[in-house]
Amino acid sequence: MAFFDRFRDKEEARSADVARDRLKVIVSHERRQRNAPSYLPSLQRDILAVIEKYVRVEPDQVQVDLNDDGNHSILEVNVNLPK
Amino acid sequence: MAKIVVITSGKGGVGKTTTSAAISMGLALKGHKTVVIDFDIGLRNLDIIMNCERRVVFDFVNVIQGEASLNQALIKDKRCDQLYILPASQTRDKDALTREGVKAVLDELAQQFEFIICDSPAGIEQGALMALYYADEAIVVTNPEVSSVRDSDRILGILQSKSLRAETGAEPVKEHLLITRFDPERVARGEMLTVQDIEEILAVSLLGVIPESQAVLNASNKGMPVVLDEKSDAGQAYLDTVDRFLGEDKPHRFLEAQRKGFFKRVFGG
Repeated sequence: MAFFDRFRDKEEARSADVARDRLKVIVSHERRQRNAPSYLPSLQRDILAVIEKYVRVEPDQVQVDLNDDGNHSILEVNVNLPK
Repeated sequence: MAKIVVITSGKGGVGKTTTSAAISMGLALKGHKTVVIDFDIGLRNLDIIMNCERRVVFDFVNVIQGEASLNQALIKDKRCDQLYILPASQTRDKDALTREGVKAVLDELAQQFEFIICDSPAGIEQGALMALYYADEAIVVTNPEVSSVRDSDRILGILQSKSLRAETGAEPVKEHLLITRFDPERVARGEMLTVQDIEEILAVSLLGVIPESQAVLNASNKGMPVVLDEKSDAGQAYLDTVDRFLGEDKPHRFLEAQRKGFFKRVFGG
């Protein structure tokens, strides 16, 4: 029913655009993980353990990223604390 | 110097064996002496796609283990005398491929062949790792679909870290992107990733785009590499791909949807 599809297209996000946006996020995330040093996962676990001494957080609320900035790497730790 | 080329993808079912058959036949038709090796130990399929399944006596693993000579195992293609097939074993497991064994076979093949095409199995286990380990160039086969693109990126990461070239700090494996099962009409409707999207996400130079085509199944039914169906869109797209691989500058075709008449456009069909 191509005739009716024409009206629908305008309202819904085109699925190809959704696919592209999802892929950009997952691929850049996985590349960063791949290039990260092997100690990063255990570092992340230890940081989480320290935080948990003070406040209860879900593991997915802690994000540890290592960003390469040419001459040096920046360790970025983002923690979403519960209210 | 022989060139070792791996046809890989990570994900299964995207067209690695179809591509291996088409590209190796295409190179051979252009006069380059080519051998295509099936690395899918335990699940060989290149033989049936190449229509030589009844001629397999010895296989890749027999050669590695010294049970047969290379010349006993190589099958000469009946349609093109520049093309040979080295089939996989149907009975062993993927661990039968050792680095030393594969190296010895590749070294011997390099003395007689210009191109050595390695048809990788799916996944990232031993068979797939061995298929890419000694590669000089890689053709990464990708469907315009999220899981395939993601797996291709994973395989690119492995090429950049676990190949011999990466391990020894030599010049990196030259990477090529081959998009298969591309449907321009679905792209036009916003239902499929564009070629530009995939190129941008994977950051690999585009070697070719093979359209979704009925010719591919017809060819595999008959055991005929699709490049031999010169009238088909997929056959022509693969032949263009081979030309580009050999350094020719060919424009990409079959990227635009066929223009439909007014009635088809309005009422579908």
